[in-house]
Amino acid sequence: MRRFTAALFLIGLGVMIAAIYQHMDFSNTALNAGQAINSVAAQETGAANFVTSVVLAYRGIDTLLELTILFTAAMIGGMVLGKRRVDAPRDPDAGFILRTGADLLFPLLLVVGLYIILHGHLTPGGGFQGGVILASAFFLPLLARPGSSINQDVISIVEGLAGATFILIGLLAMSEGYEFLSPLFDKGELGALISAGSLPVLYLAVGIKVGSELAGLLAHLAEAEAVD
Amino acid sequence: MSMEFLDGNTILYSAAFGLMLIGIGGIVISNHLMRIIFGIALLEAGANLLLLLSTYHEGASAPIIVDGIIPAMMADPVPQALVLTAIVIGVGILALALSLAIRVQRAYGTLDMREVRLRLEQEICDEAGIEMPSSSEKPAEVIKTPVNSVVQQESGS
Repeated sequence: MRRFTAALFLIGLGVMIAAIYQHMDFSNTALNAGQAINSVAAQETGAANFVTSVVLAYRGIDTLLELTILFTAAMIGGMVLGKRRVDAPRDPDAGFILRTGADLLFPLLLVVGLYIILHGHLTPGGGFQGGVILASAFFLPLLARPGSSINQDVISIVEGLAGATFILIGLLAMSEGYEFLSPLFDKGELGALISAGSLPVLYLAVGIKVGSELAGLLAHLAEAEAVD
Repeated sequence: MSMEFLDGNTILYSAAFGLMLIGIGGIVISNHLMRIIFGIALLEAGANLLLLLSTYHEGASAPIIVDGIIPAMMADPVPQALVLTAIVIGVGILALALSLAIRVQRAYGTLDMREVRLRLEQEICDEAGIEMPSSSEKPAEVIKTPVNSVVQQESGS
């Protein structure tokens, strides 16, 4: 009975969406905000990647709140899972291929992650994407050797420093007389690695914060005691 | 007619709506907690795709200036930044849901929501000292007590 009503609900929803779809005007939507940003972003922020301009310069406070949401999720995840008992049984080490692969991939993942973070204002990518790659670099050894563990204290210190850097740059802009988190410093040459003022520094802080947060969260999940 | 119906936009939009419908269906129909979490993930993917498609333009290039060349038409960067936010928040939600699922598994030994719901209700009733609510139309329970077990209890005490 429940499945029948659920199926009926889904069919109704599908018909409703199809009816809305008939009235939508595809591919001709007006790009008001987008067009305006596309025409002025290069002069205003100096970043070649306009998505980065939007994320860090035009709506930097949203990004700060987003980091807060991620931090809250990571913190509550750690609280819900709780501390591991000392004598809890651990999984055995993984096989030779995964162990060697993890050792080999660790430096490569670090380089790729940092590259994507530092080129966030020039190419697709940025702090969030690179941060996830950094997190996977630190999580992979944990998959290969479940006996080892990540030092959660170091992770929380790194994460706190990165978050504080982000807010401090925002406050620095305020002390210079601009609004909170407005772009600072020399804009430099469009497309150069060192350009766009404070945006790469902000993205570096975002990347390190996201990376350490996700690494800590994944380590918590991996360390959760198995139910035998 | 049929070719006209199957243009790129239709395919992209039906992918977005289809993912959302599959996700909602998974959340509504399935009883297993892991499948419900997968449903949430699919719903999220569909919503993100829809958000990106809302300002889709045929032939627009990525909003990035490469080698100083400004493309004739660039995609709207605002929904892309929004989806970037949504993906990151989605990861947080998934991780939280998974850690709650681990707790449920640890507390009740199952991820079947029917069983978990029954156990929860039982616990609440036990705590409050009341009977489990049941229908008056429920068939009467047949209690079969083997005779020898009663004898054993009496001799044991």
